[in-house]
Formats: sequence, structure tokens, C-alpha cells
Amino acid sequence: MSTAVAQPIDEVKSTPWSGGRSPFNAEYGKIMMWFFLLSDAFTFSSLLISYGALRFSAPVWPAPSLVFQSFPGLFEHDAPLVFVGLMTFILIMSSVTMVLAVEAGHRNAKKEVVWWMIGTIIGGLMFLGCQALEWTHLHGEGFWWGHIPNKETLQEFFKPGVPLLQQQHTSQSFANLFFTITGFHGFHVFTGVIINIIITVNVLIGTYQKRGSYLMVEKVGLYWHFVDLVWVFVFTFFYLV
Amino acid sequence: MSSETTDVHAHGDEHGEHGTMTKKRIWKVFFILLAITCVEFFIALYLAPHHYIGANYVNPIYIILTLLKAFYIVGYFMHLKFEKLDMALAIIIPILFIIGLILVLTNESHYWIDLRL
Repeated sequence: MSTAVAQPIDEVKSTPWSGGRSPFNAEYGKIMMWFFLLSDAFTFSSLLISYGALRFSAPVWPAPSLVFQSFPGLFEHDAPLVFVGLMTFILIMSSVTMVLAVEAGHRNAKKEVVWWMIGTIIGGLMFLGCQALEWTHLHGEGFWWGHIPNKETLQEFFKPGVPLLQQQHTSQSFANLFFTITGFHGFHVFTGVIINIIITVNVLIGTYQKRGSYLMVEKVGLYWHFVDLVWVFVFTFFYLV
Repeated sequence: MSSETTDVHAHGDEHGEHGTMTKKRIWKVFFILLAITCVEFFIALYLAPHHYIGANYVNPIYIILTLLKAFYIVGYFMHLKFEKLDMALAIIIPILFIIGLILVLTNESHYWIDLRL
């Protein structure tokens, strides 16, 4: 149409933004999933930035390599970051199985989609199990919302010479922020697993085969990758920094 | 639900574009993510405790590596790199507001530390 120069003035335009179709060339539900994730990204960044502000304003902070040095069931001490490393690996791995499920969906390979989705669900459940173990461990040491360990235990998490009052004050901030932020993330993983199960059941009973498209798998995939993305940030700011 | 079916058929040519994420590429991105995570562990467990990297440089390095991982997850796993540019910008530009909040609260926290001391 655009090749002809002498067109009548009332010619119907066909550019992406002139109406009649999605300028993003994406399906409605997928765009809405993206905007939901955008809002969720704001929620998580608010939480993480509050954490950053409280930590910057504190004279001391419990050292991550001292707080997170146990591997529940194997080592009580001297294994800094090993357990959280395993958790990170599990979550990245489940992101890979998810994207493989999406890839199989594009080929309309129902059986493959089911297997990769089951793999993703197992990965999610393993991550939740690990998080439960870690929470139990920290709870056993005395950390909880509004609770901190006794002063003997507390001393292990700081470099020597920090006054007790500062230790107690800053540990309380740490405990509240840690359980709130990893809890909120864990809740996202939990809902992600539930949604993945629902979608897998739908794949099994042939809903998407009848529809001729596995786009729903792609949409829950977006949510699942977002959960992985948030963990990347939580991991850096709670365990590394 | 029925609107989804019609929409998918209307954009039948869209499927060709999705072919960009092959199995080979998925595993490649996975190994990149794994490698970056291993580098982070190497810094946290070996380089930083032995002071091979200055204390002031460790955290910026972590943040750069984290943003790199975020790029690979969002770009390849979430497929944003293969969407239309308008779509990608609609998601990325609002994210920039977060930088504003970081700047404001970092500044604020420097004030708080003066209050506490």
C-alpha cells in the first residue's frame, strides 16, 4: 500500500500504532502478565530498597558469611553460602525446565510439555523445602519476626568488639527484613508451583491441544522466570553483599 | 478464552519469531547464568576474604554481575529480546523509576546514620 505515492487522502493507515491490532504484536493475556510482573517488580524493589536504606544507616550488620554458614543436616558450621548456592542452582534449573516446556509448547509436543512442567514443579517444591529448612535453622538460633537470639549466640554473627546494644538493635532489623523479604519471595514460589500444577493438569486433559496453542504455558513461564529473577536479587543483597 | 484462540490464529506469522529460542540456546544461557553465579561464589568465598579485591570494589562487582544475570533471564528466558521494541520499552522504561527510589533512600539513609550516632 505504501509503495503507491498518489493515494487518496482517506487511505486507511496500516502502521502498528494506527489501530485495529495490537501494536506490541503480542496476545492480550501475555501483555497483562508483563504489566502485572512490572507492578510486582515495584513491590519487590520497594522491599529491597527499604532493606538497603536500613542497612546503610546501621553502623554494623550481621555478617552474611557468619549467619548463613550451615547446611541443614550435613554441616552445622563452616559451610558459608553452600546451602544458598544449592537453592540458587535449583531455581535456575527449574527456570531452564520451564523454558524447555515453553519451547516444546511451540512444537505442540504435549508429552514433552508435561514432563518439563513436572520437572519445574519438582524444582519449585525442592526450593520451598530448602527454604523451610533454612527458616527452621534460623528460627532455632532465635531469629524470628520480633525475636533475636540471646547474646552468646548473637556474638557469633559479628566481628569482635561490637557493643551488645548495637548488635541487638541491628539484628532485629535483619531478622524482620530477612523473614519478610524471603517470605514474600517464598510465597511467590508457592503460588507459582500451584499455578504450574493447574496448567499441567490443563495440558494433560488436552485444553491447549484443543485450543491449538500452548500460549498459557508461556504466560505462567513468564511468572516463573520472574520469581527466579527476584531470587537473583535477593541472593545478591542478602547473602553476598 | 475464545478471544485468545482467534488472536493466535490472526497472528499466525508470530510463531516463526518464537523459533528464536532453540534448545541449544536455552542451555547456553543456562551455562552463562551458572558461570556468573560461580564467579560470584569465587569472589565471596575466596577473593574477598583474602583481600585480593578491595573492599570498595566487591559490592559494585556483585551488582554488575546481578544485573548481567537479570539481562539474560529477562532477555532470553522471558523472551523480551525477541518481542517488538515497543513492547520491550513499555516494560523497561517504567523500571527506570526504581533508580529514583534508590537514589532518594540512599541519600536518606546517610541522614539517618547521622541521627543515630
